Amino acid sequence: MASVELVRMPARRRQTSIPKRLWADRWCYIFMLPALVLIVMFSFYPIVASWFYSLLDWSGIGGDRTFIGLDNYREIVGDPFFWDAFRRSFYFMFATVPFEVGFSLIVAVILNDRALRFGAVFRTFFFIPVVTTTAIMSIVMSFVFGAFNGPVNGALIGLNILDTPIDWLGDPDTALWTMALIGIWKWFGQPMIYWLAALQTIPQDLYEAARVDGAGSVHIFRTITIPLLIPFAIIIVLIIAVGNLSVFALIQAATNGGPFFATETMELYIYRNAFGANTGSFTDPRLGYASAAGIIFGVCIMVITALLILARYYSRRRDFGRDRKAIL
Amino acid sequence: MTDLVRGSSRDYPAQTREGEQRSSVARWRRSGQVRRLVTYVVLTVVCLIWIYPLLWMISASFKTEAEIFSGLSLIPQSLQWENFRRAWVDANIGDYFINTVIVTISSVLIVVFTTATMGYVLGRHDFIGKRLIIGLLGALVFLPQGYTIIPVFDLITALRLDGSLFGIILAQSGSAPIIMILLFAGYFRGIPRELEESAVLDGASFPRVFFQIMLPLSKPVIATTIILQFIASWNDFLVPLVLTLSRPELRTLAVGVYSFQGENFTSWTDMAAASTISLAPVIIVFLFLQRYFIEGMAGAVKQ
Repeated sequence: MASVELVRMPARRRQTSIPKRLWADRWCYIFMLPALVLIVMFSFYPIVASWFYSLLDWSGIGGDRTFIGLDNYREIVGDPFFWDAFRRSFYFMFATVPFEVGFSLIVAVILNDRALRFGAVFRTFFFIPVVTTTAIMSIVMSFVFGAFNGPVNGALIGLNILDTPIDWLGDPDTALWTMALIGIWKWFGQPMIYWLAALQTIPQDLYEAARVDGAGSVHIFRTITIPLLIPFAIIIVLIIAVGNLSVFALIQAATNGGPFFATETMELYIYRNAFGANTGSFTDPRLGYASAAGIIFGVCIMVITALLILARYYSRRRDFGRDRKAIL
Repeated sequence: MTDLVRGSSRDYPAQTREGEQRSSVARWRRSGQVRRLVTYVVLTVVCLIWIYPLLWMISASFKTEAEIFSGLSLIPQSLQWENFRRAWVDANIGDYFINTVIVTISSVLIVVFTTATMGYVLGRHDFIGKRLIIGLLGALVFLPQGYTIIPVFDLITALRLDGSLFGIILAQSGSAPIIMILLFAGYFRGIPRELEESAVLDGASFPRVFFQIMLPLSKPVIATTIILQFIASWNDFLVPLVLTLSRPELRTLAVGVYSFQGENFTSWTDMAAASTISLAPVIIVFLFLQRYFIEGMAGAVKQ
């Protein structure tokens, strides 16, 4: 019965005209409408609009908009604050991604061991920072790393590792790296969950068999776990890298980009240029200029994304062959 | 019971192989016990360090100003409930809390409804333009938020929604529910056709099939969507920050605590109390529904 239906339906459809098919499927379009309206308004339109905005001299909502062509882009290329922020975004990414992705894999492998008791409890502990409100947790962390008797300085001095307290977030030399440390702590659980999901796709029998053959844990990890995880690894690195390049709330709430712009990454630079005047900064709002900076940075992120997706495609084709690729 | 099953499955290879291999398994198990003990100790220490900042925040919210920075101890000398009263009333955290609850619940309802209906259509039906829509969704997944906030801000202002919480609710509901649409689509695709077909033969309309048969079957995905959106919405910072720049009375907790620190920072105990009030609901919701949350997140990688 069901198979007859499945065969019959496409045949019937091919014969009917396009308006008839549109009418027959009217409920499909009606059901998609609410989500599509929201996505078009708040995801799709903003992309298109920001390309247009980047060509304007525009000092705030309600203010005059003047079309100035590529002048914003020309000015950005010569703006040292832009390049500093650009560099800092990548420093932040390179400081966080290896630790977040690498250490979380080790923790995930340990937690994935079926013989480990309380694995779910440990997992929850590691994951809790991820679900806390970034802006609020970041303010709390700015006090944990406080210069005067903050718990971190307190503990390090108590353990005789430090003689004098470090002004972790107040010193331009340490501020960005301290923010990276806080970022690693905050988001460590996210790649860990991804790794656990990936590890669960590997059959346990494979490990059992290897152990029976006398393989050690490191050997098993190198020859079984890692090769099977590579396609996942690329996607995980991609998600975590893009997330860290786009860091905003974490740094804005803790330092506002200071001291002396030492923690101003790209998203903070864009925010300061677009909305800084509202919050008492010395710059005038420049929505067109900020849009142009956002587009340059957005294009960079898309290029990185495209390269990693290409890498994933080739690693899959090499390791799994055609039939596997067709399934995935 | 579970131990029995687990034990027997682990013994299985050892019993069937040669004696030489059996002894290697035994050696592996013995060294495994020592290693396991070390693993437990290390994991416990790391986990305690991991949640120390949260415990520190909670304990600080019960301490006196002088007590906070006087040592690493987490136990307050006496519980200063007054901190919470001052944060709730004087620092407007009470108002921000209500705003956040309204925004979060509304956006959860909107997102569950819109993603379920769209996921259902994409997962179970063929129609003209389906490939176009799937392509559009795919392109939007890795969109960086920073440079879309300006048009969103402009759009909300142009629609005159900037005077109410509705602007924040809409912007949050529309930002990126694509993962949830894919989750629904994948789930609905897996439901056997017979269920739907018998209802259609009985003359049930399209919406009726969805609301009476399909939607009730998708409870696990609904739970995942609720908790993903609850946490995303409760924690959102950039959208409410930008949309409330000139309207402090509409602030959500994330923006409220941030502004509290910037504008009238008087006492760290009140700050800690405000943070504890703000984080408690999201942590409690996570602890109770974490299975659904983790499944939802894991789904993003498996796709």
